[in-house]
Amino acid sequence: MSLNYLTPEFKVLRDYDRCINCKVCMRQCANEVHSYDEDLDKMIADDYKCVNCQRCVVMCPTHALTIIKHPQVFRENANWTYDAIRDIYRQAETGGVLLSAMGNDRPYPIYWDKMVINASQVTNPSIDPLREPMELKIFIGRKPDKIELDENLNVKTKMPPQLKLNFPIMFSAMSYGSISYNAHASLARAAKELGIYYNTGEGGLHKDFRKYGENTIVQVASGRFGVDREYLKTAAAVEIKIGQGAKPGIGGHLPGEKVSEDISETRMIPVGSDAISPAPHHDIYSIEDLSQLIYSLKEATDYKKPVGVKIAAVNNVAAIASGIARAGADYIAIDGFRGGTGAAPKRIRDNVGIPIEFAIASVDSRLRSEGIRHTISLVAAGSIRNSADIIKAIALGADAVYIGSAALIAIGCHMCQQCNTGKCNWGIATQDPNLVKRLNPEIGYKRLINLITAWGHEIQEMLGGMGINDIESLKGNRLMLRGIGMTQKELDILGILAAGE
Amino acid sequence: MLKEGNIRIPSGCAISGIIDKSGAVFSGQIIADSIATMHDRSNGLGGGFAAYGIYPDFKEHYAFHMFYDDAKAKQDTEDLLKANFVIAYEEKIPTRKTQSIKNAPLIHRYFVLPKLEVLNASEMNDEDFIVKFIFNVNKNIDGAYIFSSGKNMGVFKAVGYPEDVAEFYKLETYNGYMWTAHGRFPTNTPGWWGGAHPFNLLNISVVHNGELSSYDTNRKYLEEFGYSCTLMTDTEVAAYIFDLLLRKHKLPVTLAAKVIASPLWNQVERLSPKERELYYNLKIIYSKALLNGPFSIIVTYDNGFIAINDRIKLRPLTAASQGDMIYVASEESAIRRVCKNPDKVWIPKGGEPVIAEIEQQNISEIYDKKEVTA
Ligand code: SF4
Ligand code: SF4
Repeated sequence: MSLNYLTPEFKVLRDYDRCINCKVCMRQCANEVHSYDEDLDKMIADDYKCVNCQRCVVMCPTHALTIIKHPQVFRENANWTYDAIRDIYRQAETGGVLLSAMGNDRPYPIYWDKMVINASQVTNPSIDPLREPMELKIFIGRKPDKIELDENLNVKTKMPPQLKLNFPIMFSAMSYGSISYNAHASLARAAKELGIYYNTGEGGLHKDFRKYGENTIVQVASGRFGVDREYLKTAAAVEIKIGQGAKPGIGGHLPGEKVSEDISETRMIPVGSDAISPAPHHDIYSIEDLSQLIYSLKEATDYKKPVGVKIAAVNNVAAIASGIARAGADYIAIDGFRGGTGAAPKRIRDNVGIPIEFAIASVDSRLRSEGIRHTISLVAAGSIRNSADIIKAIALGADAVYIGSAALIAIGCHMCQQCNTGKCNWGIATQDPNLVKRLNPEIGYKRLINLITAWGHEIQEMLGGMGINDIESLKGNRLMLRGIGMTQKELDILGILAAGE
Repeated sequence: MLKEGNIRIPSGCAISGIIDKSGAVFSGQIIADSIATMHDRSNGLGGGFAAYGIYPDFKEHYAFHMFYDDAKAKQDTEDLLKANFVIAYEEKIPTRKTQSIKNAPLIHRYFVLPKLEVLNASEMNDEDFIVKFIFNVNKNIDGAYIFSSGKNMGVFKAVGYPEDVAEFYKLETYNGYMWTAHGRFPTNTPGWWGGAHPFNLLNISVVHNGELSSYDTNRKYLEEFGYSCTLMTDTEVAAYIFDLLLRKHKLPVTLAAKVIASPLWNQVERLSPKERELYYNLKIIYSKALLNGPFSIIVTYDNGFIAINDRIKLRPLTAASQGDMIYVASEESAIRRVCKNPDKVWIPKGGEPVIAEIEQQNISEIYDKKEVTA
């Protein structure tokens, strides 16, 4: 076992005073950590296999289990860290690219946590959202410069198509394939009930979920999986996926073993074949090409649906966003470098891209300086963890946010970062029918509704505290933020003052 | 400490406005008496007036009122003025020495029209040309500030209590058909004259009591349309929003009111299909022009005013009418002081505008002084 030089990452602690040998843990663990030893009449565990997804811990009827970080250490070395050494063991063993899942987990600064929010005192009364109206509704799409009316006040302006959101929150693109049928069912149904949108990701739209079309954003990615007339027709909006925060600049790969009957039908590829999304769209090598695809999709949908473009936050994001706005997109979604994924090369996940906080601020500033910010919507993604992050994102200049990881956590994800293995014990990032059925969409969609409703309340409270009764008045309202522990340069890029200023 | 204009200073205030809908003019003493009643709502750090119909002799000219910190600022501005405008008349604005108004800058006024050749070369209409000129002077000439620029109207303001400001500028000698007044209670200020209200651009003036929690959103929205908000005051932002809506986008004033204090979505849902369509468009297109936070505001334009509260009415505003006269003020006392027995007194609901306009079409023809029953 230890020929690969690795030692276990986690240690399974079992309280034998509590364990009743019921074998629940054994049945629950897709990684086969737990087993029953007949001779000892005892449950035992293979620490090597444990990924700390905590399924057993939660399911154990007697609370006998605890998973801890394995106490085994290397000789202390600030340079050759635990991960640095172990990654080399792995690559020396396999000769392969290191794979990882979920978002960048490195200890980069989290700028959300270096920003604080304003509240009213004396000169401006705070507003109690329980007693006063507090609007969270927003619209995503291109906005005309001005309204045109005839003499009888009939509207002559042709309003471009808009997505109407009851909360400034949408569920981020996660494909069927990377996550399960039941996970999609939960997201789609919750989006409908909440009056928001979920995003199919690049894996096509399962026929069962066409009924949620009015609350569905469909993606057109470089692999063009599942894209046909029906797909575009069913959706409320179409999103061209150029990149994603977890792996800017590279494509995707759904291994053949995950391409089941159902996924094959949804993606429109043969069963068992690898689903490869090329790194670029091979019909988009420049901004003009993008514009052509935007307008082809608009033509295909009779100009009745917003067409957005999703990009990863990279160095030049402001200029790229400006190009996208001018190429005719109705909204731009920007995914920061902490954005999650079902699978990404670890080095790319952990080293490529920039934080979403900077990306929003610089894109918003850039579009404003060009006088086009009010014409297009901006959606921020890439690790929005709570309602305060949303307030901060909108104050920096976003119109709405996408949440991916947070939505999965709401339905049970424990951030074990093993989505790429397909053995998600929580029934989310897996296609194994036995695992998938662990996620009950009836419960899942309610938990998502609870999460968004709770965040909605918190957003209302914070808005009221600022003396604002409409989320629109928070957009780009950077005076409501102050920075703590940042350099002047960082403050300048975010366009905010330091706390106390 | 940063001077106002470089820092945003919240303030509370008193406001008052009076119009004679027949277009007859009346003395500035009346509005001065009205605002003086609300002495306690200001703290002596800013007072001012806007007067419409006061310059009948130059009614076709833009009247620039200027503050200069020093002779150099004056010289630089006048050089620029002369290069761009024909000046029909200029003078020091008459003031009287009063005890409480101190540290006055140089205060001048000029009645001007853009030089045709310059205007034509600029390829702008004359209003846009003037606006650009004002932004240029206020931003780029150190110590010079154009604080009033409309036709047949003028703003008078200073650091002091409003009644002292009226005395300082001899407002009792001016006659106008519409007046507004403002007394300021800034929470802190280095006392800059330009920071007092009313705030004016062309014929639009604003007096405002409140604090915009949407300030930064509004400011950035305006900047996209070429406005530069140099003062960092809420009033400046409010004035530009009205300029954008009324002058540039040609919205009727009733709808401009519904932009800055827009109806809630659930109210919109209940409207008739035609109105729903109208408000749907209005709310979406002008979402960032919504003024959020507590305010009562009086916006004066060519031929009338609109007085309005934020949509949940977090600041006071009372209105009254008597004959052709319409009064609005922060407090009823300020109305009763100059109009003992109004026909009607009412408190407008949040977001419900009081709009009062001159009834005759051609306002520039009417300048008879009329006795006002007070
Ligand atoms: S689930 Fe808990 S009680 Fe059951 S066998 Fe496992 S550790 Fe023992
Ligand atoms: S989705 Fe499943 S596999 Fe992925 S991190 Fe969450 S719990 Fe682990």
